[in-house]
Order: sequence, then C-alpha cells, then structure tokens
Amino acid sequence: MNKATSDSGERRAGESFKRELTAVIPHLRAFARGLCGRPDMADDLVQETLLKAWAARDRFEPGTSMRAWTFVILRNAYLTDMRRARFRGEYDEGLAERILTAPADQEDPIHLGDLHRALQTLPPERREALLLVGAGGFSYEEAAEICGCAVGTIKSRVGRARAALTSMIEEGKIPRRHADDAEAHRAILDELEQVSTGAGTSPPD
Amino acid sequence: MSEPKDFPDEAASKAGSRKKGAKEGKQRAGAAPGRDSKPEWADGLKRLYDSVVDEPLPDAFMDLLSRLDDDKP
Repeated sequence: MNKATSDSGERRAGESFKRELTAVIPHLRAFARGLCGRPDMADDLVQETLLKAWAARDRFEPGTSMRAWTFVILRNAYLTDMRRARFRGEYDEGLAERILTAPADQEDPIHLGDLHRALQTLPPERREALLLVGAGGFSYEEAAEICGCAVGTIKSRVGRARAALTSMIEEGKIPRRHADDAEAHRAILDELEQVSTGAGTSPPD
Repeated sequence: MSEPKDFPDEAASKAGSRKKGAKEGKQRAGAAPGRDSKPEWADGLKRLYDSVVDEPLPDAFMDLLSRLDDDKP
C-alpha cells in the first residue's frame, strides 16, 4: 500500500471514529455525572476521556461498542483521579436539586436529588456497577467486561448497591451534608485501592 | 434521627401500585426473591441518567472535537 492510500484510509477511519465518539458523548456525560456527582468535574472527566480515546483510536475495533470502550477509559480515568483525591469532598449539595428536578407532570415517590445523593455515598465499584446496569442499560456481562471483573462480581455489586440505596431511601437516611461525605470518602479511598489493583482488562490508556 | 418524608402516604400507595404492576407486567427469570428484584426507585436511576443524556451538549465538547482534527500532520 502506498503512502497516499494509507493516509486517506487513515483519514476515513479517523472520521468514522470521531462520528462514533461524538455520538457517545451524552452517555459519557451521564455516566461521569453519576460517578463523580458534580457536573463540572464530570465534564472535565469526559473531556479527558475523549482525548485519551482519540489518542488510543488505533486500538478501537470497528464494529464493537464505542460506548463500552469509552466507558472503560472513563472509569479508569475516574479511579485515577479519585486516587489523586481530585474529587475529595467536592460534592455540591443543591446542584442535584437544580439539575435533576423531575418534570412537573411526572409525580414521583422518589426525589431524584435524593437518589443522586444516595448514589454518591456508595463505594465507587458498586456505584459504577449500578450505573452501568441500572441506568446505562448494560447487561451484567457487558458491565463485567467494562469493569474488568467476573460477572458474578458485578451481580453482587449491583445487588449490594441496590440494597444500600433501598434501605437509605426507605429509612429516609439520605445524606444532606458535606460532613457526611468526608467520612464516606475515606472509606471509598480504602476500597478504591482494592478496585484499582484488582485484575482488570487493560485500559486503552 | 429520621428525616421527615415529604409524602409518606402518597409514596406508599404509589410504591404499592408500582410493585403490583411490576409483578404482573414483568417476569424476571432467575431473579432471586426479595433483594435482587428491582426496587421502586430503579426507574429514577434511569431517569437521572437519561436526563443528562438529553441535555444539550456544551460548546466545550464541540470545540474539543474540532481540535482533534488538527493533531494529524
């Protein structure tokens, strides 16, 4: 193959990659928002993810799920940032209220802001498992692939996350203040060590 | 201390009717009874996610995407 042909092939591949990448941005934002709680930080995380994905685009297999592939990059970037404590104690109460107000015509026994706050108290690996399966619509198998762990592990994390949220919601023990977060954060960092050192699919970063 | 619930009665009745609907309308093969079945707030989680998906994309993302072109020689 001469250079001109290979260049134009590369260009086409780049364009199609970028189209797919663009299409998953809203999902990356939603996943990131659920993971780290704050919209501004979530968007930073998504931007970081887009740059990493673009840099690693040669490793993306066309025809496979761009959403799953980029989610792997995003969660790894998130775990790394968490370890650097970039998100420490940064949860902005009230933000969820402003942004996640349910549509007026939709009466709801559960306040979405409460749910969002409750979600933020979960250890990250349970939170991400629940987000992937319960919000992102991934199967247990796909979620396991994204997190680089066994299907049974994902099932158990989702089950624990659901149980924790259910009891928080049923008992009305939704965290309201930052003070609670500092405590939760220490626990999260401890668990994070295990998550990030556990066997995982090699991330494309 | 327990937080006051905003609408305990409404919530309870709704939860009840929804649970019934879920039982009738959806069969979850292989789901363990009790904890593993979908809780009442499950669709709220999906709505949280979808509410962000449906947001208009901030300009910053389109800016970033357009800059991605330029790194090719």
